[in-house]
Amino acid sequence: MKEYRSIRSIQGPLIRVDGVTGVGYSEVANIRLEDGSRRMGKVLDISRDSALIQLFEGTEGININGSGVSFLGETLHFGVSPEILGRVFNGVGKIIDDGGEIIPDKKLDIDGFPINPYARDYPEEFIETGVSAIDAMTTLVRGQKLPIFSASGLPHNELAAQIARQARVVGKDEKFAVVFAAMGITFEEARFFQKDFARTGALERSVLFINLADDPAIERIATPRVALTAAEYLAFEKDMHVLVILTDMTNYCDALREISAARKEIPGRRGYPGYMYTDLASIFERAGRIKGKKGSITQIPILTMPEDDKTHPIPDLTGYITEGQVIISRVLNKKGIYPPIDVLPSLSRLKEKGIGEGKTREDHGNVTAQLFASYARGKEAKELALILGEASLTEDDVKFAAFADEFEQRFVAQSVNESRDLAATLDLGWELLKKIPRKELKRVKEEQIKKYMKAGTD
Amino acid sequence: MNKKGKIIRVAGPLIQAVGLDDVKMYEVVHVGRQGLIGEVIEIQGEVISVQVYEETGGIAPGEPVEATGSPLTVELGPGLIQSIYDGIQRPLEKVREQTGDYILRGVRAAGLARDKKWEFKPLAANGTQVQEFSILGTVKESEAIESKIMVPPGVSGKVSGIKAGSFLVTDDICKVGDTPVQMMFKWPVRKPLPYTKKIQPSEPLVTGTRVIDSFFPVAKGGTGCIPGPFGSGKTVVLHQLAKWSDADVVVYVGCGERGNEMTDVLTEFPELLDPRSGRPLLERTVLIANTSNMPVAAREASIYTGITIAEYFRNQGMDVAVMADSTSRWAEALREMSGRLEEMPGEEGYPAYLTSRIAGFYERSGVVEAGTPPRTGSVSVVGAVSPPGGDLSDPVVQATLRMVKVFWSLESSLAYQRHFPAINWLNSYSLYIDDITDFYEKNSMKEFPAMRKQALKILQEESSLQEIVRLVGVESISDEDRLTLETAKILREDFLHQHAFDEQDAYTAVSKQFKMLGIIMMFHERAEKAVKKGVPIKQIMDIPCKEKIARMKIMDEAELPEVEKILKENFAALQVAGGGKEE
Repeated sequence: MKEYRSIRSIQGPLIRVDGVTGVGYSEVANIRLEDGSRRMGKVLDISRDSALIQLFEGTEGININGSGVSFLGETLHFGVSPEILGRVFNGVGKIIDDGGEIIPDKKLDIDGFPINPYARDYPEEFIETGVSAIDAMTTLVRGQKLPIFSASGLPHNELAAQIARQARVVGKDEKFAVVFAAMGITFEEARFFQKDFARTGALERSVLFINLADDPAIERIATPRVALTAAEYLAFEKDMHVLVILTDMTNYCDALREISAARKEIPGRRGYPGYMYTDLASIFERAGRIKGKKGSITQIPILTMPEDDKTHPIPDLTGYITEGQVIISRVLNKKGIYPPIDVLPSLSRLKEKGIGEGKTREDHGNVTAQLFASYARGKEAKELALILGEASLTEDDVKFAAFADEFEQRFVAQSVNESRDLAATLDLGWELLKKIPRKELKRVKEEQIKKYMKAGTD
Repeated sequence: MNKKGKIIRVAGPLIQAVGLDDVKMYEVVHVGRQGLIGEVIEIQGEVISVQVYEETGGIAPGEPVEATGSPLTVELGPGLIQSIYDGIQRPLEKVREQTGDYILRGVRAAGLARDKKWEFKPLAANGTQVQEFSILGTVKESEAIESKIMVPPGVSGKVSGIKAGSFLVTDDICKVGDTPVQMMFKWPVRKPLPYTKKIQPSEPLVTGTRVIDSFFPVAKGGTGCIPGPFGSGKTVVLHQLAKWSDADVVVYVGCGERGNEMTDVLTEFPELLDPRSGRPLLERTVLIANTSNMPVAAREASIYTGITIAEYFRNQGMDVAVMADSTSRWAEALREMSGRLEEMPGEEGYPAYLTSRIAGFYERSGVVEAGTPPRTGSVSVVGAVSPPGGDLSDPVVQATLRMVKVFWSLESSLAYQRHFPAINWLNSYSLYIDDITDFYEKNSMKEFPAMRKQALKILQEESSLQEIVRLVGVESISDEDRLTLETAKILREDFLHQHAFDEQDAYTAVSKQFKMLGIIMMFHERAEKAVKKGVPIKQIMDIPCKEKIARMKIMDEAELPEVEKILKENFAALQVAGGGKEE
């Protein structure tokens, strides 16, 4: 392999090498430092006389005269095999646990290829997470990408771990795996997930990719892609149902911004590059199901919204790509409600197709529509009471306000270790609806009221 | 002339090459050893810049570039209907046969199947003098669509050797003058398909969505846009339009959006039946799917591919509706290419030519006459726009609003209340109301425009009244004003709110909408009279017919006169009671 000793410039995460020939776009570059250590990079721009390389591992210690660059003649690949289960890798797919080398079945391009829309199978298989606010209101289905929009200081990690622990498809015993990609999270956060997986025995069916906060930021660009390559292999070649947790996408986007700035590209909103939508889509669109394949990829990306702002480019662009969002609310968290899911702005776009008779329960759609409407009205009534005083509320509004409180405390709230099955969740919904005047139950059918609303005091 | 050159630079979807003299702007070139498809977008001396429609990973300087001598074209002929294409008209079904579940690189697949025979029925006789777009015969493409086979553009003369039979799209079906004519022809996507003349739109595109048809209608041959933040239901509205609008052919362009949404269309449309033909909706649909993870340059081409196919059906005399979801992603593709070309950016990094490109796209809509004898056909275009943070000052929204005549403003606050379609009735507008007044008159719905105006006025008043109520409480406003609030509530909940996933509610015929709105307006009028006479507002609020009104959306149209009857009876009874109390 030819080594070029012609580095011309080093700037941030980028280096430029002169006089290269026969090097392709996106190819992997291997940088040898003076002390013999090696770094990995990727060709971002290649012209007749020079190549621009983005490093995955930082440029510290690279110099112009002593370091050399060679090109591997292929794009970045990750070696896959069933042995990857239970193992821990760094952000670019190198083993970091003490389990020894893995002999790969084959090596796959980490960028993957777009799934042909014609080959996709529509996701409509209900996943029970045991979390009422998600199962009933923001239903998750197999092959969906449903992000958690959170903010600093909120228990999104607990929620993600709980979902990973409890998620199952009712009545089926199938091969299940978790692929976990950490981008720039702290050591404690990573430990939390590792310990939780170990405690519940999930570790041997998990693949972990860990890029911590003090690891090179640039490495994060590769992390979700390596993780999804592993997920695609497990799902579509090994017939497993894979749940992919990506955390924290905000750190990923910041790394993207860092490279864009180093390349002196025209910045878009808040300095993020104009192609961030396309870049994020190339990650999130790797969720799904394929016709004729048994496995599936379900993604739960987690992102922390800077300043709790949903219109910030990161949550904004994510929301345009993903199939809904679960929003974690600071207000509910302060009230001591776990999980603090704000169901009103949360949404699952695939809910309608994944619920109902034969899938969940015939009343699922109607009872949740009624819960939504009643909770929204209750919250409105409570706001009104704040301005005009409780006395100004009509008799009905008082009932709705009381309902809203109970809904938060009994329906949304549950313990970290509690897994409520869907029937229990829906029955609880019906029980709460007893507080609402009967004539206001416009979204449920009369037969359903008879069938599901247990006779009680109200 | 040198038809082969060499790559000198690769930067993502943009490559630069030298050695191709005489290459033209927008000419298609084949890039690299795998022969990826690209299009020339800049020429500077001997250096040409090419946007490549496929991933460029692994391509190196020194690899060949080959000119094809032709611009990016689509194939027009039998076989378009029911197809699903990528942005440059490669059938995704064929692509899957070649490369499996993933889209790999360097796939070549013709837009129209080369191995399928179509039954051609001639209509033109031998010896007839024909011009471009004259009809030669017909082919039944699906149970719902009978395509007309037209003389290709630029060809004219006497027909000879025309024969009925079963042909491939590439077989000669006759000669026009000295030119052998096949059932298909190619046309460059960036050039509008010629027509004889444009005419003013005069008919609404009926969509079955009440807030659209009754309040903010779009005309056949018109343009509309639907901007909104994520989760506000843009795609659901576009799907509703694609499903139920009374166009002959629907071209749905999924431009940089979710893969699963296209799958949704593909699984749902074969099962849903067109209310007019009774045939599956897919039998009148052409799909272009360039999802967000597919190459960005092909996204730029996809909307042109879509509209060119629409123009082809329009020239056959059909009404075609194009849905583009989302034009923002198309604009972002423009921005990305512009950035890589290092052009001077305009607003928000978008190129300065963004406005003219958007204008050029929407201008390809319209009602036109084409062919001899002239046939009237139309292309209506509805584009979704996805502004960052839902902010309407976004350059793509602003450029689009300058072009289109209908604006459906989606709002997340309505979406949170689960009021769908979340189209805000205060901000939205349609400039086609005057154009289609005649249509209402012809269809004995003369009062429609006046009713619409009054309903909108009530909703407008509601929004100012609500502000007062928020300050002083509902008890302190007059009974007239409380009635306005009541009617507005009925309009919102029982008329504008529509459930896209409910079998009965998803589609409402215009005549039914007319009756529904008529009954609500009658309620208002009678209630107003009653209030004037001194009937307490409480009685009107509790009037029994309100419950019937709330159920009108799921009733049969034939049941509505019954509601009207009950309403009249209720009010007649009121007057007595009210009159009694007045003493």
